[in-house]
Parts: sequence; C-alpha cells; structure tokens
Amino acid sequence: MSAAISVSISGRARRPGWLLAVGLLVLAAALLLLGMDVGSRGFEDMWRSRNDPVASQILWDIRVPRTLGAWLSGALLGLAGAIAQGLFRNPLADPYLLGSASGAALGLAIALALLGASPFAGEWVLRVGFTGAAFAGAVVGVLLTLVLAQGVQHTMRLLLAGVIVGVVLGAARDLVTLAAPETLQGLQAFMLGSTGYVGWNACAIMSAVLAPGLVVAWATGRGLDALALGESTAASLGLPLHAMRVALVAVLALATGAAVAQTGLIAFVGLASPHLVRSAVRTTHGALVFLSALMGGVLLMAADVLARWLVAPQELPVGVLTAVLGGSYLLWLMYRRSGVARRAP
Amino acid sequence: MNAPQVALEARVVRAELGRKEILHGVDLRLPAGRWSSIVGPNGAGKSTLLRVLAGLLAHSGEVLLHGEPLRALAARSRARQLSWLGQNEGAGDDLTVYDVAMLGRLPHQAWLASPSAADRAAVERALRQTHAWDWRERPLGQLSGGERQRVLLARALAVEAEVLLMDEPLANLDPPHQADWLALVRELVRSGKTVVSVLHEVTLALQADEMVIVDAGRVVHQGSCGDGATHRALREVFHGRLNVASLDGQWVALPQ
Repeated sequence: MSAAISVSISGRARRPGWLLAVGLLVLAAALLLLGMDVGSRGFEDMWRSRNDPVASQILWDIRVPRTLGAWLSGALLGLAGAIAQGLFRNPLADPYLLGSASGAALGLAIALALLGASPFAGEWVLRVGFTGAAFAGAVVGVLLTLVLAQGVQHTMRLLLAGVIVGVVLGAARDLVTLAAPETLQGLQAFMLGSTGYVGWNACAIMSAVLAPGLVVAWATGRGLDALALGESTAASLGLPLHAMRVALVAVLALATGAAVAQTGLIAFVGLASPHLVRSAVRTTHGALVFLSALMGGVLLMAADVLARWLVAPQELPVGVLTAVLGGSYLLWLMYRRSGVARRAP
Repeated sequence: MNAPQVALEARVVRAELGRKEILHGVDLRLPAGRWSSIVGPNGAGKSTLLRVLAGLLAHSGEVLLHGEPLRALAARSRARQLSWLGQNEGAGDDLTVYDVAMLGRLPHQAWLASPSAADRAAVERALRQTHAWDWRERPLGQLSGGERQRVLLARALAVEAEVLLMDEPLANLDPPHQADWLALVRELVRSGKTVVSVLHEVTLALQADEMVIVDAGRVVHQGSCGDGATHRALREVFHGRLNVASLDGQWVALPQ
C-alpha cells in the first residue's frame, strides 16, 4: 500500500505521503494496543491477565473486534469522504450526502417499530435484522437519489437529489417515531453512533467492503484528478467518465452503508479525514483515498478509546466525540487558513 | 494549387443547452495546419460550437475529424488527436503543476500504467513552452489566475494532439504572456498543428490565419483575417460598433 502511496503521477517519491501513511499505521497499532487495555474500569493491563479465561474472552471477543471495528468503520468513512469530495468537486461534500444516512436511519426506525427492541441489544438474530435494516435503508436511500438524479451523469443534480432524499427520508423517519415513540431510545443510540457492539462478523463485513473499495478508488484516482480540472477537461482526455462515476458511487454507497449499519451515524470522520490529509501532505487522489481511509480509521479508533476512558465506567457516544474533535479541528483549520490568507500580500 | 486539407468539418450541426437550441445547423470547414479564431457577440454560440467540435456536447448533424466521423472514434483515440482547453472549469488546487500537466498524457497511457519517459519528456516540453517548468512542484491553488492559465495550457499542449481547441485561452494573461501565447501558437502552426480558438478579444483574434464569425447560432462568415470582407462582416455582426484598422502592419479592432 505504501508503495502505491509514495508514487505520484510524476513518478517521483513523495516522502510526506508515505511518511504520513507509516505514521498513521503506527498510530493505529498503538491505539489498538491502548484499546485492548481500556475497559469499564479504566486502564487494565490485559497482557498480565492473559491466563485468565474471562479476561481473555473480554479481550478477544469484545475489545479487539470493537477497536478494529472502529478502525474499519472510520476507514470506510474516510474513504467515502475522499470519494465524495473528489466526485462532487466540493471540499464540503460528506459521505452521507447521497441519502445513505437518512435511509439507514429510516430502515432502522422501521425495523425497531416492527421488532420493538434496542438496536444495540438483544439476540443475534435481532441484531443482524437491525444491521440488515440499516444497510438496506442506506442502499434504498442511495438508489432513490440515483433515480431522482436520473443517473450519475450530472454531479450537481446528484448532489441536489441527495439533499432532497435526505430531507424526505428524515421526515419519514420522524413519522415512524411519532407513530411508535418506543423506537426513539433505540434510534438515539444509532444516531449518536456506537462501536460498542461491533464483533468479528461486523469486522469481516466492513473489511470485505473496504478492500475492494480502496482498490476501485485508487484505480480511478487519476480520473478524479482530471475531474478536478472540470467535467469537459476530464471528458476530453478520453476517460470513461460514466463507468467511473458508477463505480465510485457504488463504492461510496457501500462504504457508507456498511459503516452506518455497523456503528450508527458517526459525524465528521468522513468530512474531516480528507481535509486532515490535505493539510499534512500534497497529494493526488490515488494516494488521498488511501491516506484518508487511514486517517479516518485512526480518528474513529482514538475517539472510541477516549469514549471508553473519559467517563469510565460509563461510555460517551463515539459520534459525539468525533463531532467535537473533528469539528474543532476543522474550525481551527479554517481559522489558520483565513489567518494565512489575511497575511498574504 | 491544391485546396488546403480540412482538419475539422461540421455539417448541419445543431446543439442545445438545456432545452434551448444554440446552434442552428452550422456548416464549417477548418483548414489543417492553420490557426482559426472564432469570434462573435456574447451568446452567439462560439463556446458551444467549440465544444461540439471537441466532441464534448451532444448534437445532431455530423462533425468530421480529418474526414472521419468524430462519433466513430473511440474516446481515447479522439483524445489523442484533439486537445481541449476549456474556460476556468475546475479547481484542482491540491494538484501540483507537474501532476496537472501529466494529466494531458492520460490518452497515451494504459490504465494504471506509470508515466513513460516519453510522457515525462512531453510534460517537460509543455511546461517549458509555457514558462511554467520552474514552478512544477507548486500546487495549482497557490498560483495567480495568469500562472494557472499557463499551466492549463501546458496540460493541453502535453497531449501533443494534431488539433488544439482552446476556449478563451488568453483569459487572465497579461500582455507579455499574451504575446508569448501568440508566438507559441504560430510555432505550433509552423510545426503542422491545427489551432482553433474562441477569443472575445477581436484584436488578438485578428492575428490568426482564418476567422470564423458566429452570430445567433450560425456561422455568418469565414475568411482570412486580412480580408476586407472579413472586416466588413465583423463590423456588421457588432452592429457597426467596431472598426478594424491597420497599425504597424497588424490589424486591430477598435470599439466605436
């Protein structure tokens, strides 16, 4: 992966790019170790209690998959954010823009109303039912957006359709919660985001989406670079723009759908990750999608560890932390950039 | 004397923007190895015509590139033969100057293949031609409007196509760089390339070999830039509010 990151279009090594990748991987490994040690009683050295079968079960069945799941979900959102910003040529584009978040929330609200239980509790069958409902809802949300936009040909129409679908499905979700108020509590956990119930199955699903998603996004990286110069320029270079858009929208929808279904609505990770990467290194889209995924993984992993540790034995909703951390960083970045702009001659 | 070869030809071309017909059956033959400038009042359909000629806009009628229907060409083959420079379309602020110019080599590269030595040589040549080589490592977002325009021109040159189509290529360029652009275009034409440019600055457009005058979605005149008939057509299309005069051996257009 680092080889792919280190080589730019110019064919020359971009040290900051691969340095950032290595730094993020090291940070992820450190956070994984930290995540293994943070539990309901604060920090515990799990290595010392490795011979304790209960501690071992907590470690391998709960903490490791949860921490890895946080990385995978963050990586999916980071990847989706980089794709959304490249595809829509808008630095404020968010992975949830195509209606996946509102679709997932509606799917879950309907499932909760029908099955009547908390999304992050209950039997395995119910759990899969809720996850499946959220994923199906996300896919339906994206499909509705695509139908409304009459395909993926027109970027602005797609963006507008995503906003409209988001509003309409959000209203539909409100109607469901109005008709079945008992769904509100379960839905709230989903809306605030949680990595608490991510198991190995969820990790496997997210990995299965992340790996091909990264490959597709990397393969279309040069197309996204050309698209940054304008649709006509990209088309004049003989790029298969339609096929590229279809592939990228599919990755965007699947990555967002998989992350939302497993960890609920996590704010700001998808939006902030590409910005954090761009503020650190100058890069083409081929490298940006990888680096943004690594950044998203680290962000959500760090937020997950903090969420468990800050008010232990209680837990903060991880989505709240990512919003606070990511939002604060973006504000600081805007302040710093406007300061630089004011100082510029 | 043989008639000049035709690089691009439009036959009864009609094109719409939104649901409004902009081009109403345009017929046009652009000679190979010459510089043709397209001029006309605002909203005449100049840019739309250029986009149709580049194969970037759906249209009825036929566009032929060196006698072959443009529609019959594969996208990459068309991209290798026709280079396009549009008006301030995108951002790409995070890309370096070098990376932007290298995008011009995409039609020559296999999907996912690394740039070849020929690609790197073409990019260096293009960046040197537009005097942008020294800032090749700078991001596009840090350049002024004129510098950015030179980089985008380098991207179009890096394609090394036989035909170059440019929409307002002199936008944001100061007079010395406009002169550089004129010299570059003449050099390209001398080497056998065909250049077609839409220019709203009529004096600069008069430096071309041929002028195509467009009004209300139709080609109303095509002829040599030094021809009196061309000057009369210019005055007519701008409702007599433009006068063409000779100054130090060059034609200039003066608003009246």
